[in-house]
Amino acid sequence: MSLDLKFTYTEKKDTRSGFGDGFLEAGRRNPNVVGLCADLIGSLKMGDFQKEFPDRFFQTGIAEANMIGLAAGMTLGGKIPFAGTFANFATGRVYDQIRQSVAYSDKNVKICASHAGLTLGEDGATHQILEDLGMMKMLPHMTVINPCDYNQTKAATLAIAEYEGPVYLRFGRPSWPIFTPADQKFEIGKAWKMIDGKDVTIFATGHLVWEAVVAEAMLRQEGIHAEVINIHTIKPLDQEAILESVKKTGCAVSAEEHQINGGLGDSIAQTLIRHNPAPLEYVGVNDSFGESGTPTQLLEKYGLNAENIVKAAKRALARK
Amino acid sequence: MEKQSIEQLQNICTQLRRDVLRMVHAVQSGHPGAPLGCAEFFVALYFDQLHHNPDFKMNGSGEDLFFLSNGHLSAGWYSVLARSGYFPVEELKTFRKLNSRLQGHPATHEHLPGIRIASGSLGQGLSVALGAAQAKKLNQDDKLVYILMGDGELQEGQVWEAAMYAAHYGVDNLIATVDYNGQQIDGPTTKVMDLKNLKAKWEAFGWEVIETKNGNDLKSVIEGLELAKSLTGKGKPVMNLLYTEMGYGVDFMVGTHKWHGSPPNDEQLAKALGQLEETLGDY
Ligand SMILES: Cc1ncc(C[n+]2csc(CCOP(=O)(O)OP(=O)(O)O)c2C)c(N)n1
Ligand SMILES: [Mg+2]
Repeated sequence: MSLDLKFTYTEKKDTRSGFGDGFLEAGRRNPNVVGLCADLIGSLKMGDFQKEFPDRFFQTGIAEANMIGLAAGMTLGGKIPFAGTFANFATGRVYDQIRQSVAYSDKNVKICASHAGLTLGEDGATHQILEDLGMMKMLPHMTVINPCDYNQTKAATLAIAEYEGPVYLRFGRPSWPIFTPADQKFEIGKAWKMIDGKDVTIFATGHLVWEAVVAEAMLRQEGIHAEVINIHTIKPLDQEAILESVKKTGCAVSAEEHQINGGLGDSIAQTLIRHNPAPLEYVGVNDSFGESGTPTQLLEKYGLNAENIVKAAKRALARK
Repeated sequence: MEKQSIEQLQNICTQLRRDVLRMVHAVQSGHPGAPLGCAEFFVALYFDQLHHNPDFKMNGSGEDLFFLSNGHLSAGWYSVLARSGYFPVEELKTFRKLNSRLQGHPATHEHLPGIRIASGSLGQGLSVALGAAQAKKLNQDDKLVYILMGDGELQEGQVWEAAMYAAHYGVDNLIATVDYNGQQIDGPTTKVMDLKNLKAKWEAFGWEVIETKNGNDLKSVIEGLELAKSLTGKGKPVMNLLYTEMGYGVDFMVGTHKWHGSPPNDEQLAKALGQLEETLGDY
């Protein structure tokens, strides 16, 4: 049976390319935008910027701690540094550097993290960080953003260039449906209600927003009307949008390519517990590391695809 | 700022040492040893070498910048900042107390003038200083960036990432100084983790290296910094190995790691202050 999707796509692309193209555009708009990368320029899609602005781009070699410090220092001359590497090396490896030199010192550094989550695929668990959102959202002053497709990642990249303050921008490697508009305006901290519903709310971030869109169509076939909300900004969290939706639907599902512990779902749970206790079911990785495989295989094995969102929605409904 | 005579500068050093001792004594916590050993460096830098503006601007464009990577020397840095006009000398009495701008380790969070980055977790400052130096180059700002690190601090791997970067990019508007006191928390560096031939190490990393053999002699320190300055702008980062004595200026504190992070008690303070004349007036 074919699905009646509320959002569709004609093209797939990786979100990191959205970052790379947004970064180039940000560089054209503002001469203070500079780039740093620790030997992953191709993987981060920072090459076009480097080619066009060689004087404003700094290859740091495989030295992530130094890269974070350099970026913090560059802000003092009014520069807006975008420091890019894989999400694992952009967070876990340099947590103390980010904490002291960026967050605590309130520096206008953009930490740009690719290959986040399971969907980087075959490289396996050493590279599949599933704890980064938690680590970053715990840092005072830090803004945490996880856009869902090429277009939204590009828009987010342009938005953070204009925002003053430390940002963690998370994106990924796999080719993914482009289902949001090219001309969208990205508002940091403002959730986007993509599909109206009345029975259950699905709060999704990153690649799983697409899975939520598919899940909504599957649920609708069974007469369940889900509301889909795109939480591209995990911090600051749009609590108003969350509470307004759950007031209407009475139950919710969170969906993210991250550990359940400490991720978006936990932030939503905190909000609901304080203001409107309601059933919440988590779709996320359940206290385990990843492994090698294709992105699709991994999302299925670890319970992160549309089918699992459907099951979680039904569990949430049953608890209403 | 008017140039001061060596005698006047020496008086500031003595007062800085008094400030440090009184500050750590008052809260019975903090690190007296290294700031006592770096008094001449701090004073030479702030009162003789730096082109700086005590009407503090965070971005520091058009002035020399100084970063303290070994943030536990905060008492000494706060004293020299206050004494050179960044904030009221009176405020030194709030050191390490609740609601103070003078945090245990330097922070920007409370907006203390003179501080541009938090430090305390060792090993990060050189990277930050290099970033600031790179930004100066991008902005065609011909002023210099200075940074002080500890010798024990050099055991952190990030320092060597930064060392490699600095030479690769020819960051020649930066003067790094190492407080080469041969001490760290658990003992002499030779016992804890021997730094071996530091000069050869930095040279091998592509730096221009000078040695200031008597880091507790004001004239030598100034000459060292002058020499370092003359070596900037020649394509290489500049390293100044500053031989100091931890605890210098107080006979029972000098030359041992025991005073790295221990405050004097009442009796010890009185004895120490007896060896350091009150030159500018205590806070
Ligand atoms: C990353 C980190 N590890 C450990 C410490 C604890 N610590 C503070 S000072 C110090 C010794 C530093 O030695 P050195 O740089 O020689 O300074 P000195 O003792 O001479 O003042 C240590 C281990 C720290 N502040 N940061
Ligand atoms: Mg030492």
